Amino acid sequence: MEANLALLIPLFPVIAFLLLIFGRKAFCKKMAAAVGVAATFASFALSTWVLVAGETITWKVPWLQIGNQTVSLSIEIGSLQMLMLFIVSVVSMLVHLYSYGYMKHDDRIQVFYAYLALFTFSMFSLVMSSNLLWIYIFWELVGVCSFLLIGFWYFKPEARDAARKAFVVTRIGDVGFFIAICLAFWHAGSFEVSDLQAVVESGQLTPGLITLLAVLIFVGAIGKSGQFPLHTWLPNAMEGPTPVSALIHAATMVAAGVYLVANLFFLFQASPFAMDLVAYVGGFTAIFAATIGLAQYDIKRVLAYSTVSQLGYMMLALGSAGYVAGVFHLFTHAFFKALLFLGAGAVIVLLSHEQDIRKMGGLWKSHRQLGIWFLAGCLSIAGIPPFSGFFSKDEILLSTYLDGRIDLFVIGIIAAFFTAFYMFRLFFMVFAGEARGPKADSKVPVVMMVPIVILGLFSVFSGFANASPMHLLTAWLSKGNDYTAATGHAPVWLPVLVVTVSLVGIGLAYLYFGSRKWSTSKVVQTVPRLHKLVFNKYYVDELYHYAFVLPAKGIGWFLYGVDRFVVGGLAYLTAWIAQFIGRIGSRIQNGQAQTYALVSVIGFVLLIVGLTAGRFLK
Amino acid sequence: MVVTSYLALSAILFSIGLYGVLTKRNAVIVLFCIELMLNAANINFVAFSKFGLFPDLAGHIFTLFTITIAAAEAALGIAILIALYRHVETAEADQFKSLKG
Repeated sequence: MEANLALLIPLFPVIAFLLLIFGRKAFCKKMAAAVGVAATFASFALSTWVLVAGETITWKVPWLQIGNQTVSLSIEIGSLQMLMLFIVSVVSMLVHLYSYGYMKHDDRIQVFYAYLALFTFSMFSLVMSSNLLWIYIFWELVGVCSFLLIGFWYFKPEARDAARKAFVVTRIGDVGFFIAICLAFWHAGSFEVSDLQAVVESGQLTPGLITLLAVLIFVGAIGKSGQFPLHTWLPNAMEGPTPVSALIHAATMVAAGVYLVANLFFLFQASPFAMDLVAYVGGFTAIFAATIGLAQYDIKRVLAYSTVSQLGYMMLALGSAGYVAGVFHLFTHAFFKALLFLGAGAVIVLLSHEQDIRKMGGLWKSHRQLGIWFLAGCLSIAGIPPFSGFFSKDEILLSTYLDGRIDLFVIGIIAAFFTAFYMFRLFFMVFAGEARGPKADSKVPVVMMVPIVILGLFSVFSGFANASPMHLLTAWLSKGNDYTAATGHAPVWLPVLVVTVSLVGIGLAYLYFGSRKWSTSKVVQTVPRLHKLVFNKYYVDELYHYAFVLPAKGIGWFLYGVDRFVVGGLAYLTAWIAQFIGRIGSRIQNGQAQTYALVSVIGFVLLIVGLTAGRFLK
Repeated sequence: MVVTSYLALSAILFSIGLYGVLTKRNAVIVLFCIELMLNAANINFVAFSKFGLFPDLAGHIFTLFTITIAAAEAALGIAILIALYRHVETAEADQFKSLKG
């Protein structure tokens, strides 16, 4: 009974999708929004119910028969999946609501809602599936939705390019994931996650194979979660509408990589090398993206690099055996990053689609309420108690510390400092001082403000889900697994250190951008090269352009030449020969009956001469 | 051999006819030349029916047939020519070139 009800969770969005995509002409804008919000609200209600009920739900039907193997469509909703369903449904519902305000003037809002509903469906299904093949199908489907939504304003060339880039770059990761799935099926004989777990835990697979599987799956996660070196698509993805950035590129889809690693954590735990890889890639991404975030001027780009950095934190936590810490940060990050994106979207709408933070300012005075909630988001991501980010970041750093990787711990602390600095740089530039660009006269519509407030409340309070001394989330997530064995007690100085570092970051940001006592131009002048390097995102995009895109284009041109001149030339030659013969034939057909007669006579004479000569030759 | 002179006459007549068919521009003359060629064949028939290895009346009968058919053919040919003339306003054989590819 319960299983059947849980199955309805992805059903509502898919119904909404079908209604909206086929009835996009029939629905008015308000109706389209109402359908989307109603569907996601229904899913939200069910997800909450499943979360509160808290019982693992399994469901399985056979799907394909391949030889002796049966591939089934199976669902298993454990603690992690319930939490993910809850996050996705909450954020999706609020984003659906918010989009009505943000996309009010767009003529294709019905299609927009259809895509959002399709995404929500795919994301729910991705989380619920416990079969690698199905996970992969929905993994690709969320990728398609991401592509469609980034390129939603397809008439902008940047949006088109960004959509294509996102699609191609994530595909690189997906190939890794796909190979991993094939290998898993080959060696474990099943696509089921539970079967794979049983095989791994019984030691039937060689350590090398386990490492290979884990690394390949992590490659998929790198692509999806924007980890270095496949992070380049995520900042470009900001060309999509802001609600999309909040839902897909901050809260849910990009967290799918983290979810995948968490879901297959047994595999990673069985391979020390994979754990090292996850931790170091995560740690490096965290600090790498944070430094880029320091020098960006587009409000959404800053948030995008911040997302990359925070996803790096989650990977760092998972790689440091901090299963709960990573999932916990996924949970809190979904709320405060969605809040920040929705807040940024509100700012963008207020300033008539201005995204350059150098042209913003003074919003604190005119839009106090928005400012307060945005500040809540910033404090949360900066890790100031009692906001949610504090608890989760603290746990990540704690697990890194307990894992004994001091280098990564130091990187985490520095990244925390940068995080606080760039977030408050953003905050002060947007809200403090005087207006430096377009004036914000209008008010934020209620339909946009409500989701911001709800997410704000989540950002403030969701941290208590795993606050000491209760550790509710730890108890919740450790049901039925032993992933939390590594947790220990925090040294007292650790949270103090984290908070101090963050406060220093905020203070510096205030001096530079709030009170403007210090000037950033001096810093730029002292280290011009470094600034240029960071400002240009370490030239990773350019590097890829020259290392991969241009050679690929070169091969493309070469093959085009081969096709055009060699293959095409042969085809043309054949046609030309046939035409030539035809032309000769038509020249002979001159319509003069007397000529034909002459030719016949000549032929007859030749025949006679030939026959006569033949007789003599005998 | 007596038959040789008949055959020579027939060959000369045929060649004149063939020459006319191949070279004359007027379609009526072309038609006449075809008659010449037919008559050359008739002379052959008659000559072989009298001086051939197995002389009998079959050659004569064939000749009578041929003359009849040639008359019909001439009537038909002239009729077609007149129709053609009405259509293209000329009797020049090289102007009838609608078969040109």
